Amino acid sequence: MKKTNWFHYAAPQTFYGLAGQAWPWFAVLATVLMLAGLWLGFAVAPTDAQQGEGYRIIFVHVPASWMSMVIYLAMAFWSVLGLTFNTRLSGMMTRALAPTGALFAFLSLWTGALWGKPMWGAWWVWDARLTSELILFFLYLGYIALTSAIDDTRRSDRAGALIAIVGAINVPIIYFSVKWWNTLHQGASVSLTKAPSMAHLMLWSMLLMALAFWFYTMALVLYRVRTLILQRESHATWVQELEEVKP
Amino acid sequence: MRWDSWSDFWAMGGYALYVWGSVGVTALLLALEVLQARSAHRQTLAQLKAERAVAQLPIEELM
Repeated sequence: MKKTNWFHYAAPQTFYGLAGQAWPWFAVLATVLMLAGLWLGFAVAPTDAQQGEGYRIIFVHVPASWMSMVIYLAMAFWSVLGLTFNTRLSGMMTRALAPTGALFAFLSLWTGALWGKPMWGAWWVWDARLTSELILFFLYLGYIALTSAIDDTRRSDRAGALIAIVGAINVPIIYFSVKWWNTLHQGASVSLTKAPSMAHLMLWSMLLMALAFWFYTMALVLYRVRTLILQRESHATWVQELEEVKP
Repeated sequence: MRWDSWSDFWAMGGYALYVWGSVGVTALLLALEVLQARSAHRQTLAQLKAERAVAQLPIEELM
């Protein structure tokens, strides 16, 4: 078997081309899945016995919350690679992920508040799940603020990598918070070890939306990393020879 | 279809504010993020083009 040299794909020049080919496909997939998920969730899925139509917030709330955690772990992953192998792409990927992660963390809190008010009678409570998700949102903002405050890209990437790696401890805390502490937030409806405690149609709508957000993230992050590559490599010959840069 | 009419759909069984407040803000923010990313990319390309155009000028014109 031929050994694949992964560092080849990590070269900004190669990755710029690959990402450029991949993102439109991911964008199409995200759109199709989102339309299917919204159709299933808002036109087909039944009314919930306890929460009436109010439960439909789940179709954005849970996927947004999942993505907010997954993206942070992805940032930690790229940061570990960046610190170990010193690859230039790692810092750019981490940076490209952060705004989308912050957005999903915000949406998780926002849709959670809009769900909490009618069901619990409160927009916000200081329970373990909500508080740890709020901390995640602040970690994203902290990462963005710190990396944009340091001009030297190498130092800025390293400082950002530290926040990403240390802050990743918070992700399992969010995930297990409903088990470890007595929270107002309900437990997991879907887990890897048990059969899901949701009606099939509701579950499928939610999974479709989660998949849609996943592809949305991949499309947008690949798109954004191309912008970052152009900015950071602007003086490289290969950038100057790009068709899209010809005057 | 679960809904008798469009007004029934928009009413969301009395949860309209909460359901549409969630879906609407999510859709709005995702759309804004896409537009922001696109404008940042275009701006970067425009700047690179401008730099290249200057680099190609004959040296006398830069003096």
